[in-house]
Amino acid sequence: MARPQPRFPEPDTQPFWDATKEHKLMYQVDPKTGDVIFFPRRHSPYTGSSDLEWRESKGVGTVYTYSVVRLNRHPAFAPLGPYAVAYVDLDEGFRILTNVLGVADPVNDVKIGMRVRLQWEDQESGYSLPVFVPA
Amino acid sequence: MVSQRRDAAIVGIYEYPLRKAPGVTPLQIKAECAARALEDAGLSWKDVDGLYDAQDGAGMAGLGLAEYFGFKPNVIDTTAVGGSSYEFHASHAKRDIAAGKCKVALLTYGSTAASDMRRIGTGGMGGLGAASPLSNMQDPWGMTLIANYAMVAHRHMHQYGTTSEQLAAISVATRAHAMRNPEAVQAMTDLLFENIREITVEDVLGSRIIADPLHLLECCMVSDGGGAVVIASPEVARDTKHKPVWIIGSGEATKYAENGSDITVSAAAQSGPVAFAEAGVTPQEIDIAMIYDSFTITVLCMLEDLGFCKKGEGGPFVAGERLHYKSPLKPVINTDGGGLSSNHPGMRGLFLLLEAARQLRGQSTSQVEGARLAVAHGNGGMLATSHTGGTIILARD
Repeated sequence: MARPQPRFPEPDTQPFWDATKEHKLMYQVDPKTGDVIFFPRRHSPYTGSSDLEWRESKGVGTVYTYSVVRLNRHPAFAPLGPYAVAYVDLDEGFRILTNVLGVADPVNDVKIGMRVRLQWEDQESGYSLPVFVPA
Repeated sequence: MVSQRRDAAIVGIYEYPLRKAPGVTPLQIKAECAARALEDAGLSWKDVDGLYDAQDGAGMAGLGLAEYFGFKPNVIDTTAVGGSSYEFHASHAKRDIAAGKCKVALLTYGSTAASDMRRIGTGGMGGLGAASPLSNMQDPWGMTLIANYAMVAHRHMHQYGTTSEQLAAISVATRAHAMRNPEAVQAMTDLLFENIREITVEDVLGSRIIADPLHLLECCMVSDGGGAVVIASPEVARDTKHKPVWIIGSGEATKYAENGSDITVSAAAQSGPVAFAEAGVTPQEIDIAMIYDSFTITVLCMLEDLGFCKKGEGGPFVAGERLHYKSPLKPVINTDGGGLSSNHPGMRGLFLLLEAARQLRGQSTSQVEGARLAVAHGNGGMLATSHTGGTIILARD
């Protein structure tokens, strides 16, 4: 069974998810104020402006916090064993909920403050999940 | 004590005694609790002219609830902001009564989360409800509700050196209170808790980790249950059965994940100061703090954010037996046994009001002698992502 996928129609995050098909991690900025906006939406939560610009992230950031999930009864996650969910602060200034993979033991190997880089997990839905591994 | 406005008081309370209640519906629990809380106040069914509902009665929530009960209220408030909804309702009831819009406000809650086998903490999220920007940016990564709170705990540990031993003290105090509350003991029995006894820090740390760094004994139960609160005007309160428990301050706030924000600071940092300012009291004067204990970290963050200690000093603050009802230091917390060990059917906020009122009436099973001031702080939603905070400050005459 697949993990939960983004569901549409949901026009605020559709462009973000469409870009994942090309392995592009997109975020928004307000070119007038420099505000960085994430999660994606049509207006700026800082000013109400809908004059926003999409930019592509370089995909490098820092683990802000995390937890290792030992028990998730959703059938897609149950077989994974312990896995790390995390907030990662991208160097461009936005924070994304994600997974930190690519470590032998998530309980001991994931740390707050560790540098991570983007990796993609392609989904059967056609979208791709941005996840992170040690940089 | 400074003179406060006394516009509205809690005059009737009732907590549904069962935590496993197969065969009844949330709506039936709400109606039964309404009748008992009105009896407790010495008021009658027809006295209710304000209805406050968190939309928890499936099928007849909000709009349908007046009809189900048989009320024709002048005020209907369907604020539904998660587990703190009842603190928001108490705040709104006070405001509505002060404005003359109603005289007898009824708050009810009913849930059969345990009998329905709802996996609230570990069910994972996703694929339920309408698609939203938030669901699309959260569901795919498998963050359970417990992991959500656990991420706050990890960050608190990182920023301030807080330890699991310190957090465990919250579970220990709460369980000690639960063991004095026969309904809490029955709850743990009916919900098949292992080792129904007072627990130690070692017990907490020895229980299995559900989502790092939170252990099983740092997580609230999932129960059935419910309750009701009647809030009335001073004129009505004068003739009710018990001493009124005045609502002297309230605050409401929301907090959500933002770029660069400090996840360890909750909505209580906004709602608390508003409530204390209105009440004209300081945190240091509070005898009883009923804090939403979905998890240990919830209590720790909210004690800090409400001003009981400085931000980051919650760990040393809660360590040892400080929070126990016999502690010489104020405040003591969650004297009914809390969500950790007495009652958590999904939205605990109503029970915070109930036990705070019991304390100020002198009716708690872990009564603090001479308790005069209490705070009830509810948390709704999820601490790491989007949540609400509702602060209610209560005083006896």
